[in-house]
Amino acid sequence: MAQAATEIHHEAHGHDAHAHHGPQGILKYIWSTDHKMIAMQYLFTGMFMGIVGGFMAYVFRMQLAFPGVSVPLFGVVSPGEYNALVTNHGSIMIFWVAMPVLIAAFGNYLIPLMIGADDMVFPRINRLSFQIFLVSVLMILASLFVSGGGFGGAWTSYPPLSAQSQYNLTSIGATMWLIAVALEFVAFLLGGINFIVTLMNARAPGMKAYDIPVVAWMIVIASILFMLSVGPLIAGAIMLLFDQTIGTGFFDPARGGDPILWQHLFWFFGHPEVYVVLLPAVGIVIDIVATFARKKLFGYKIMIFTAVATGVLSFFVWAHHQFIAGIDPRMANIFTVTTLLISVPIAELLFVMIATLYGGNIKLNTPMLWALSFIAEFLIGGVTGIFLGASGADIYLHDTYFVLAHFHYTFFPIAIIGTFAGFTYWFPKMFGKMMDDRLGKIHFWGTIIPFNMIFIPLFVLGLGGQHRRIYNFQNFPELAAMQPFRVLATVSLIIMLLFQLVFFWNCIKSWRGGAKAGRNPWKANTLEWTTESPPPHGNWPRDAMPRVYRGPYEYSVPGREDDYWPQNLPS
Amino acid sequence: METMTLDRPGGDPQGRPMPRQKILPDGVLGMLLFIFTEAMLFAGMISAFVIVKSQAAGQMWPPYGQPRLPAQETAINTAALLLSGIILLFAQYAFKKSETRAVVPFGISIFLGLFFVAFQGVEWAQMLGQGLTMQSSTYGAFFYLIVGTHALHALGALGGMAWACVKLTRGTLTQSAFTTVQLFWYFVVIVWPLLYWKVYL
Repeated sequence: MAQAATEIHHEAHGHDAHAHHGPQGILKYIWSTDHKMIAMQYLFTGMFMGIVGGFMAYVFRMQLAFPGVSVPLFGVVSPGEYNALVTNHGSIMIFWVAMPVLIAAFGNYLIPLMIGADDMVFPRINRLSFQIFLVSVLMILASLFVSGGGFGGAWTSYPPLSAQSQYNLTSIGATMWLIAVALEFVAFLLGGINFIVTLMNARAPGMKAYDIPVVAWMIVIASILFMLSVGPLIAGAIMLLFDQTIGTGFFDPARGGDPILWQHLFWFFGHPEVYVVLLPAVGIVIDIVATFARKKLFGYKIMIFTAVATGVLSFFVWAHHQFIAGIDPRMANIFTVTTLLISVPIAELLFVMIATLYGGNIKLNTPMLWALSFIAEFLIGGVTGIFLGASGADIYLHDTYFVLAHFHYTFFPIAIIGTFAGFTYWFPKMFGKMMDDRLGKIHFWGTIIPFNMIFIPLFVLGLGGQHRRIYNFQNFPELAAMQPFRVLATVSLIIMLLFQLVFFWNCIKSWRGGAKAGRNPWKANTLEWTTESPPPHGNWPRDAMPRVYRGPYEYSVPGREDDYWPQNLPS
Repeated sequence: METMTLDRPGGDPQGRPMPRQKILPDGVLGMLLFIFTEAMLFAGMISAFVIVKSQAAGQMWPPYGQPRLPAQETAINTAALLLSGIILLFAQYAFKKSETRAVVPFGISIFLGLFFVAFQGVEWAQMLGQGLTMQSSTYGAFFYLIVGTHALHALGALGGMAWACVKLTRGTLTQSAFTTVQLFWYFVVIVWPLLYWKVYL
């Protein structure tokens, strides 16, 4: 391990005269260009930010259930702090948890291993990508502590609220938030280029396009979506930054600008972004479902083309976020149709998973439980989305807790369930040890049950007319009557957060004293299971790089003794 | 496309490691993807500009009291930029024959690029003198935003070309590195007439 780390260092500083006895200690991690090391750094940074985002959720849920109470570990929540907490909870969970973990961590870890490459094609750009990301993390965390506090204009950052400091009262926080988001985009732009070029150019000999594991395909399709959609938002972010700092009027109607313009630029990115994080999670779930159903994936090509179709359609749905922003009703009709159309490919994705399970020899271990719960919970998120996609129903439901519950039923399965599924599935490969299955199942049920207890009441509250952005519901007599629901949601949240301690305990316990995993504990087919656990630097010995002979999901092939058939076996 | 049609199991009969088939050189493919994203950035800016322009008070564009942009002078500058792109094509042909013959057309191309950026700088100074600023109207704001973004891209591309030119004179420039640098300059050249048409005319 120490030797591998030194090698990593040598590659990063090949031109350096001091490379033969370079810096030891922490620097060899900071300058490592090994894709697995960078993936770990993304993973742990993302998990840390997940704890920060979860803590924010705890603080503002306490305020909602028990208004005015001094929240333990935080204190009394002022209205400004409440806004900053809600805004940064949303921003952090999407941009600093879902994106780095699902795309950057799993993409960096899995793509080179799954295609039989020794590293990314641009290892130093990969390193740069993480360092820019780290700066953005520090920027968003620092923005919470500047004078005026963190930005409180919602993660969508609509002007003129976000553009004028006399409205949002957080001029420094708002600008720092915007810069942090922009830096984060640059980081993922560099990462995305790397993923796409690696998948196209560095596949093992014999690996055809349809021999690539679905999760690698999904991360690359997601990267393409991200790169197609992010340009207009970067343009909008520059314009908003100029509005905030040098006093231009791009989004100021009094000076010829147009505030709705921001909403178009934002949601042109914002809606594809949902699919950018969804597709990797779907890929992870598909791989797990096929492995633990011991069955060939139902409809590999359908899956890939469905993902592409989802991506294409996602560029024509953005205005369903703006049905009450004064857009033309005729345009609203068109966007209603495209939005409802997108449920067709999404349903297809879910049916592929169910059809793969049908008749399989299902093993219910922790990763499989997470994968199955993804199907069930994401289905609820998808179905409730139909009410919001229809412009008529949306006029009533817009900006209520119904919307909030809906997108948590999509983002929680994506960002949390998908991450736990992938993490528990690849933990043996990442750390060489098996996870404790009993603790894993306790953590699973302790997360899934409270999750539903949080958000099912919020659907009811939303239908009852409760608006999203109210600081204290005691001020509204007709809403105060529903207080028991809010208390139930908050108590469930605290229970769910406490159960995460089981997960961290399981990680530490398994990492230190778990059973040795061996190369292929799950008897899976894909290439990452053919190397050691954890893989050495370079992934395979130079003279024994893998070669591919078949697709990734050849399970239970009739006439074979084993029920799996690794991609690299000649026969 | 070789990768797609590769016969299984791949590799030579002795089972020696086989080089991986590349669709395009890594750098070229990465640059194409980057250009793709940058094209979307300009698309975002131009569509924002068109929307704001279409909603201008009284359909008056440029707005009342704002100077007009020097479309004719900029037409000359546009021609200089296009010429630079064409000469770069000649540099590419010369590079294929012999590396030393590429130095002169490559140098001329870089010089024309620098001329373009300098000319735009002079024009900016002139427009600022006439009272067109980013704060004076959305007209001025979009002008400096779009043209400035393009100028930053041009400077970045020129930096890359200067680096490639140094390597060329030392004889260490590879074809794929040269193509990568060229692609970015072609992007800067091709996107400009579109900006000129939308912003100036």
